[in-house]
Amino acid sequence: MEPLERYRPIVDDFEAFLAACERPLGNAVRVNAIKATVDRATAALEAEGVGYERADWNPRVLRLETDSPGSTWSSFHGFTHGQEEVSAVPATVLEPEPGERVWDSCAAPGGKATQLAALMDDRGTVVANDSNLGRISALRFNAERLGATSLAVTNDDARNYSLERFDFEEFDRSLVDAPCSCEGTIRKNPDALDGWSEGYLDEVSGIQKGILGRAVQATREGGTVVYSTCTFAPEENEAVVQHVLEAEDCRVVDFDLDLEHSPGLTEWDGDEYDSSLERAARIYPHQNDTGGFFVAKLEVTA
Amino acid sequence: MGNDASNGVSEGDLEQNDGQQFGRLPATAAERTVEGRASREAVVDYFADRFGIAPETFDDHTFWEKGAGKIWVYGGSAPSPVEIEALGMTCLRTRQEHWKPTTDFVQRFGREADECVIELEPDEARAFAAGEDRDLERWDGDWGYLIAAHDVAGELEPIGVGLYVHGELRSMVPKGRQREL
Repeated sequence: MEPLERYRPIVDDFEAFLAACERPLGNAVRVNAIKATVDRATAALEAEGVGYERADWNPRVLRLETDSPGSTWSSFHGFTHGQEEVSAVPATVLEPEPGERVWDSCAAPGGKATQLAALMDDRGTVVANDSNLGRISALRFNAERLGATSLAVTNDDARNYSLERFDFEEFDRSLVDAPCSCEGTIRKNPDALDGWSEGYLDEVSGIQKGILGRAVQATREGGTVVYSTCTFAPEENEAVVQHVLEAEDCRVVDFDLDLEHSPGLTEWDGDEYDSSLERAARIYPHQNDTGGFFVAKLEVTA
Repeated sequence: MGNDASNGVSEGDLEQNDGQQFGRLPATAAERTVEGRASREAVVDYFADRFGIAPETFDDHTFWEKGAGKIWVYGGSAPSPVEIEALGMTCLRTRQEHWKPTTDFVQRFGREADECVIELEPDEARAFAAGEDRDLERWDGDWGYLIAAHDVAGELEPIGVGLYVHGELRSMVPKGRQREL
């Protein structure tokens, strides 16, 4: 927990934050609308005696009362997909519409890409990319189990991603759920902080800036880009968005989120960020009893 | 069924299938440019003839081949041919005597089926999902690939593909998809 001490000045009720980070996280699933309505999925769970509780902020997110959410008929049929509650946030903030062309730049293992497809009624094109070939098989497995027919899967470096292979030139929306230091997953992975170093923050933030910059370029004027991480480090969050605000044509916009959260930061460690970064959301584990998350919504302006 | 090679242009003028790329299926056998490639018409007819899945079910989807005979169903936009990791989901194995649908296809589209669907009892359904074969003398329909389904909260839900021969239903659920439920 030591690396988290640096967030004492920015987190309200820091002791509650630390206590939440020490507690293991329950099992959440997302209802996969491609294969089942919420009613059908919950009826299936009830039929096999699995208890659940609905998340207030999203009717498709359920907290299951079982230790093996992957060994249910509901999961076998692809009615539900194990997905941490906060990890269901960025796709809902991106708000894709049926028929659109959407890019998920860092898509493996596919929870968010299939959620995008479901939000689009599985109509349109979700280009699910990941640079790691080993993780592509997990992405493909999940896409097929969840019945997503609108996914096109690619294996490239998102920072210099080319749309040449497609018959369209830009995306309507893009999601950058970036590789990160994963501090916010500490409740799921108790060793998440083991390799923590400021040097790693420098390294990974360079990659994050590259991917987010490319996503803004690859998205049409008036289109939307969502940037998210599962970490608290401002170097990987507000500083990355700030960099792209300066380098590309985009602005930070407001969004509704029915989960308790804190605004994005406008200063950290002697650096100042644009006041619009307050429109981003920081979700801390003690606020909703979830993992930690950061989300910013951008509009492409040229 | 499953072989419309006789209707196309002469085989000598056709390209060989390139297993590394996705090629869109021709609308009909007459429009085929790749040797041995199934047509969209033949695929849609197969699902209709064998399982009673209405052809309109696939109006918003295109069909593609990658690898030898592996057919994919895709709802998005792409040029043909295209080199890419995946387009939609695998749905059917062709280029063999008896075409074989995939487990995931049957789970996605099998609710539209009303033929060659075998309803399993709870213990049979669990065995099927775990990949086990079972003697099932009660089936008096066609032999070959069937859709195995079971009741989930009052509605029939497809589990996967079974091969029915000699009074036995063999589970075709792939190893990675098998679960002890």
